[in-house]
Amino acid sequence: MTTALVVLPFAGALVVWTAPLSRFWTGSLALLVALVEVGLWINVLVGFDFDEHGLQFDQRVTWFSDLDVSYHVGLYGFSLWLVGMSVVVMAAAIAYGYWVGRERPRVYFGLMLFLLGAVVAVFSSQDLLLFYAAFEAMLIPLYVLVGVWGGPGRLGATVKLVIYTIAGSLLMLVAVIVFGLSQGTFSLVDSGTSDNTWVFLGFVVAFAVKAPLFPFHAWLPDAYRESPPEVAAVLSGVVSKAAVFGLLRIAIAKFPEPAEDFRVPILVLASAGLVYGSLLAFRAVDLRGVIAYSSLAQMGLITLGLFALNDAGFNGAILQSVVHGLVSGTLFLLAGTVERRATTGELLRLGGMARGRPLLATLLMTTGVIALAVPGSAAFAGEFLILAGVFRQGWAWAVVGAIAIVLAAMYTLRLISAVLHTRPGSSVSDEALDLRPAELGVLVPLVACLLALSVWPAAISDTAFPDNEPRETVMENFR
Amino acid sequence: MTPDVDWFALSPILSLLAASGIALLGAVLVPRALRKLVGATATALGFAGGVVFAALVYAASEDGEAIIEGTFARDRFAALAQIIVCGAGLLTVAISWGEPTRPWATTERGGDRHEGEYFALLAAAGAGMAFLVAAGDLMVLFLGLEWFSIALYILCAIAGERVASLESGLKYLIVGSFGSAVLLFGSALVYGATGELEFGRIADSIRSGGLEDDPLLLAGLAMVIAGFAFKASAAPFHMWTPDVYQGAPTPVTAFMSAATKTVALVLTLRVLVTAFPEQTEYWTIAIAVIACISLAVGNLAALVQRDVKRLLAYSSVSHAGFMLIPIAANNELGGRALLYYLIPYSAMSLGAFAVVAARERELGSAVTLESLSGFGWERPLLGVALAIFMFGFAGLPLTGGFVGKFYAFTAASDAGWTWLVIVGVVATAVSLYYYLNVVRALFMRSAAELQAVAVGGSPPREWLVQGAVGACLLVTVGSFFAVQPLIEFAKDAANQLPF
Repeated sequence: MTTALVVLPFAGALVVWTAPLSRFWTGSLALLVALVEVGLWINVLVGFDFDEHGLQFDQRVTWFSDLDVSYHVGLYGFSLWLVGMSVVVMAAAIAYGYWVGRERPRVYFGLMLFLLGAVVAVFSSQDLLLFYAAFEAMLIPLYVLVGVWGGPGRLGATVKLVIYTIAGSLLMLVAVIVFGLSQGTFSLVDSGTSDNTWVFLGFVVAFAVKAPLFPFHAWLPDAYRESPPEVAAVLSGVVSKAAVFGLLRIAIAKFPEPAEDFRVPILVLASAGLVYGSLLAFRAVDLRGVIAYSSLAQMGLITLGLFALNDAGFNGAILQSVVHGLVSGTLFLLAGTVERRATTGELLRLGGMARGRPLLATLLMTTGVIALAVPGSAAFAGEFLILAGVFRQGWAWAVVGAIAIVLAAMYTLRLISAVLHTRPGSSVSDEALDLRPAELGVLVPLVACLLALSVWPAAISDTAFPDNEPRETVMENFR
Repeated sequence: MTPDVDWFALSPILSLLAASGIALLGAVLVPRALRKLVGATATALGFAGGVVFAALVYAASEDGEAIIEGTFARDRFAALAQIIVCGAGLLTVAISWGEPTRPWATTERGGDRHEGEYFALLAAAGAGMAFLVAAGDLMVLFLGLEWFSIALYILCAIAGERVASLESGLKYLIVGSFGSAVLLFGSALVYGATGELEFGRIADSIRSGGLEDDPLLLAGLAMVIAGFAFKASAAPFHMWTPDVYQGAPTPVTAFMSAATKTVALVLTLRVLVTAFPEQTEYWTIAIAVIACISLAVGNLAALVQRDVKRLLAYSSVSHAGFMLIPIAANNELGGRALLYYLIPYSAMSLGAFAVVAARERELGSAVTLESLSGFGWERPLLGVALAIFMFGFAGLPLTGGFVGKFYAFTAASDAGWTWLVIVGVVATAVSLYYYLNVVRALFMRSAAELQAVAVGGSPPREWLVQGAVGACLLVTVGSFFAVQPLIEFAKDAANQLPF
């Protein structure tokens, strides 16, 4: 079952690349594959036993035996939710790309499906080398997607993106090799824990680049600004969560002692990123800048939750990962629709778009309100859990977190008012239409997911770990 | 007294020699119009026969043994290397088929384009390589080395109407002869110190004579290593590589980059492990240092190249460094890693040069990063293939390059060479910049830049080149998925060396 989830997008990509279909049929096929993927995931969700400890729906085939490397995929409660968020956001992104009508559709949709497959493989892999391969494999479609379909500064953005990510993940390769050799196996399930600090740091740096976490975020503004909006949505919403998976499943679960030792430095960096990202988001001059830096802040917050190393922190981090994936995906797609109408994302030249465009205004307002963690929203539940978790490590962390939440309200409200309210900007003409039905078809499901999670955040936070005992589960290596 | 000759073990070499002879006779006796066809067919059959016979020898040699009075080794290690060499040769024939039609060939002057001789020399070079990898003593080693080198000297210079080709041949001749001379001198010193030629007996003699730290022997060892490094184009013995690779006809470059590197590295491993097991503390360090220098020089120099053949030449230098890492590891895992890595590496290298050859024939001029712009969209198969070869060189997943690098680093890490692994990893990060530069040129240049390249009426597609590129692609991607069977082959082969 998990294999079907992993393989379907790759197979779809191959078909899209090789079959000489027209633009219409290529896009339809890609969208169909993405929707079937969502269906497959729902099927897994229905059959998933949240009370059971250990791996579910797992499949294992030896890849090469002399180093004990295998193709081993399977899902835990938390990874099930991350996969679910990924398939939903990716389906929305593909639908958006279809509606916008990207040039060279066969290559484009093939790459998007390839990316989807790689992402699902990351979240379900239970072998270090497979995880590493999938982690690197995400980079190839991203590189081409940004480099070919990106904005004017795309070439510089791709160089930064690739060099940063690869530098990080090659450190991880060394860590993978040293860890695997010392354990005698590369299986995440069979291997035990280690207290090797250097190996731990190798993993952490790789994930910190991917997330990105302060101070490894220099690639972020360019990449998010120059990508097509749906790729930015995937980058910030989905790909960054590979870091969450890695930190939780590998860095913390496999290295409990180093994680404990490095808790304070990591919490300091995460808090710094949280505040710094929030401030930059408040000062950013364009839509994408605000969302990009808010992503930096949110990843800092999620890391804060993870490295609280307690029940509330882990639960909150997973809930917040899913919520942030959906929020930032929705926001980037909304930014794309705004940019299409105004030909710019500069906040100074936008404004007054609410008048005569009720649908756009409603969706942006709803997503924004959820993003700024208004009580009752899904993000509020996530941030509350994270703050509660981190509070137990010292009240000062929670104070930083609380300040950041105030800042979040400031930058989100600034974004909303700069786009929707104030006086009509110079680039906003009266002819610019409200959201079209197709755009609604892309965005409404995302917002509906967010609203559903707002009503019932416990759906994730109570089920991410069996018996709702996150710390025990993680410390017992997910057995 | 004539020693027993195991003709079956020699069959891959004989197959190639026969092909070479037929092609050479064809170059004289067959009407001009048919020469190319006869030469190419004979050579292709010779290489195909070489693959088949080497596979048979592989299957029939469960225990490695020395044959013909110890001068020759019949083992899976040699057979696997012969399979790689002959496979590379077969693909080279396909790539070469369209070569003499290149626009700058002046056929008026004398009219003979040396088509028959070209293929005869190619088969002869292949035979020399197949001979060399099975060498069991220093004499055969030198003989094999000169055999294939001389054939390659001529092949590099065969497009004599181009100055670059002549320059390439001359440079290769002079520097290559120097390398051979160093190797010969080293062999003489080793013989002088031990009184033995056969690899196994050299080791015995060192052990029994207490020659572990004998200065004469160590000097000989150093010179032997330097000689191999010349052939493997490892820095600092790589000076010839960029010029020769750039100037030689592209199919010849393709063959050299895949096959010469394979035999040089395979033989380095064989000689060091079988003849000098007592000196490991010396030669592992030497190999590790050469690997580091190659990685540094190859990668840094490649960063500034605009000519794609030159870029690939420096990339080949850096890959010599990568593949010396498992040799420095000096363990079974390392032998396995080297033999495995050579398979996707040869495919990627051949494939990349094949795409360059195809583009060169379209443009009628050298291929630079600029003249590649937009190529990926014009010729999707070749463009995507070249991009995948670049990803493979850089060690990104879904290519055998990924698994190869992983294995090489794992072997080194297992042997305790953590710093070498870190150097390799940093080098990989640097290399990504120039490999992705090629991908960028293929797919990401703006429309305005595309206009800069005037391709007037593209020539008909060459199915043979496309087929060869497709085959390379299959091996490159296939070796990512089919690691287990390939590693089994490599393991059986490497385990016949006395680690």
